[in-house]
Amino acid sequence: MKNKHLRELENESIYILREVAAQFKKPVLLFSGGKDSIVMARLAQKAFYPSKIPFSFMHIDTGHNFPETIEFRDQIVKELDVELIVRYVQDSIDQNKAQEESGKYASRNALQTVTLLDAIEEFGFDACLGGARRDEEKSRAKERIFSVRDDFGQWDYKRQRPEPFQILNGRINFGENVRAFPISNWTEEDIWTYILQEGLELPSVYFAHKRKLVKREGAHIAHSDFLNIVESDEIEEHIVRFRTVGDMTCTAAFISEADTVEKVLYENMQSKHSERGARIDDKRSESALEDRKKGGYF
Amino acid sequence: MELVRISTAGSVDDGKSTLIGRLLYDNDALTKEQEDLVRKKTKEKGWDDLDLSVITDGLVAEREQGITIDVANIYFSTETRKFIIADSPGHVEYTRNMVTGASMAQTSIILVDARKGLLEQSFRHFYISQLLRLENVIFCVNKMDLVEYSEDTFLEISIQIQNMVEALDADINYRIVPVSSLKGDNVVKKSANMPWYSRETLNELLHAEKTNKTEKLPFRFDVQQVNHSQENGFVDYRGLAGRVVSGEVSVGDRIVIRQGHGSSNLESIVTEIRRFTESIDTAQAGDSVSISIADEIDISRGGVLSSKENLVEAQSSISTTVVWMDESGGQAGAKYLLKVGSREFPIKVEAIHSKVDPTKANQSFDVNTIEINDISKVDLRLSQSGYFDSYLDNKNNGAFILIDLQSNNTVALGFVD
Repeated sequence: MKNKHLRELENESIYILREVAAQFKKPVLLFSGGKDSIVMARLAQKAFYPSKIPFSFMHIDTGHNFPETIEFRDQIVKELDVELIVRYVQDSIDQNKAQEESGKYASRNALQTVTLLDAIEEFGFDACLGGARRDEEKSRAKERIFSVRDDFGQWDYKRQRPEPFQILNGRINFGENVRAFPISNWTEEDIWTYILQEGLELPSVYFAHKRKLVKREGAHIAHSDFLNIVESDEIEEHIVRFRTVGDMTCTAAFISEADTVEKVLYENMQSKHSERGARIDDKRSESALEDRKKGGYF
Repeated sequence: MELVRISTAGSVDDGKSTLIGRLLYDNDALTKEQEDLVRKKTKEKGWDDLDLSVITDGLVAEREQGITIDVANIYFSTETRKFIIADSPGHVEYTRNMVTGASMAQTSIILVDARKGLLEQSFRHFYISQLLRLENVIFCVNKMDLVEYSEDTFLEISIQIQNMVEALDADINYRIVPVSSLKGDNVVKKSANMPWYSRETLNELLHAEKTNKTEKLPFRFDVQQVNHSQENGFVDYRGLAGRVVSGEVSVGDRIVIRQGHGSSNLESIVTEIRRFTESIDTAQAGDSVSISIADEIDISRGGVLSSKENLVEAQSSISTTVVWMDESGGQAGAKYLLKVGSREFPIKVEAIHSKVDPTKANQSFDVNTIEINDISKVDLRLSQSGYFDSYLDNKNNGAFILIDLQSNNTVALGFVD
């Protein structure tokens, strides 16, 4: 491997993935088909090769995803020959466990927590592997590699276990579970450099394409049936790509001509904007993500 | 590009978050969103200078109280280096977080308030840097703008630092830089206010060549899992999946396998080192690989491989220095679970010898109990063979954690003498 620091990060992530497989009875890898989870899948493949990845993948589907991502998700799972569990936010809404938001900013992003916690209980997962990175957001920067959550999935930053020398303590009481973050120390640049190095494929939404968009407060949101369009919204069409791919309702597009991994990498590094700058759900308040995390969100 | 891990530590209000903010700002490493936040907060507070502290304090409670509670990890890169900064809290009650933050670092930055000189926390932080055997320590004498950029003040503090280092007889590389993080002096830009200081800025020191004491360490390998596979075209693949803890290993090397109580030294030869689809000749310290050996030896998670020439010893008891990290203290006779790498087994605290007072060099007291944030000398009796090196000789095989069997919390970090 040419890139010395990527090799170091890969070593660390593989170590963490193997610790999860060894320390827990029933881990699951949360897989959305987005770039970070695609890198996670690659690392998991490397960690256990020639054996198959020894745990299932799970996607909490809000029903508001980009169809391109869902298609891609299914393709990768097939290639890797792992089981994919899908649980739907729509079901939680139908069961009256979650309440659909209303208004022009309505998003199902926060509702995922309900479905996730139910799924953890349904399958008895004791560890959920997630592709969160500490460089994404300020409260993420504080999270440990093994994040212990109680019965309600709550994150208590005061109870975080120290992880000196990355010795990982995954011992939990019955009912508790751990969120494990193998790519904690990767940055967005590392992810794209790795995608380039490994020749990984990504859903087409990450690359420049023509799309119908809704312009709202300066941001371009993908036009879809899920968006509550109001009068002040302007409908436009541009060549865009998405730098981060969440729900269609809360992810803003970048006007860009970058249509290859190299070009995207170059353009992102030139840009002074952060990746989560395109996540409208984080802009609700200064502590939007921290509040969601305390409540059991990823 | 080289990955450099740094740890920062300081006392309450000595401007640590501002220093990091300044380092990022002057290296042009802030995102547009972070710059906007800085401007917004600066305006709210009505300051003349930028409030750069808002970048690192990530939790609501931290922003409310204006302090750092937990370790934040900050990432930035320059043309030649990629940095991970573990920003640790300075309060005495968060010493455990400081140890955690510093454990992965090569360099530690210790902040000293120019108006106050060395405080109890400075001694504690330096002691921990020394305990952890970090390669470099950089003292930033901060807030020089508030002492009129006085050279005399800087020299006085420098002498205090020198005395502290000498009193500990510390074998550590250290440098002292006069800075003002608020104004930006000597962080990235050379200070025009301190013409008497002609040496490197903090940023230059962080970019200096690594000292890399390239002493050759003996081969150690922790078995995380045994990988049996008939998949992907393999017929009866058997590999020991894990990480090279120290040294290096090559195909054809004669190695010794040790596990649990086993006093017998089983020997074998490395037949293959695998990294995903690649078969490689040599694996270095830090590498996550899968090693196949010539003989069918019963080995599982927790096994240790070492070189034949430099065998790892089997201990039944160890003398250690522990940093206590949990509210529930420790006492002689108590049992805990010890974890190092993939090894995990019960131990008993046999004796507590003394508690170190880092502010009074090398002075220690006789005590019977251990409290949170104490640094104590204790003996542990092991329920199975230890296979440790001394931390001094081999960092990666000489540190461990202790886990409380009831709460499952990580209660202590230990270093083998």
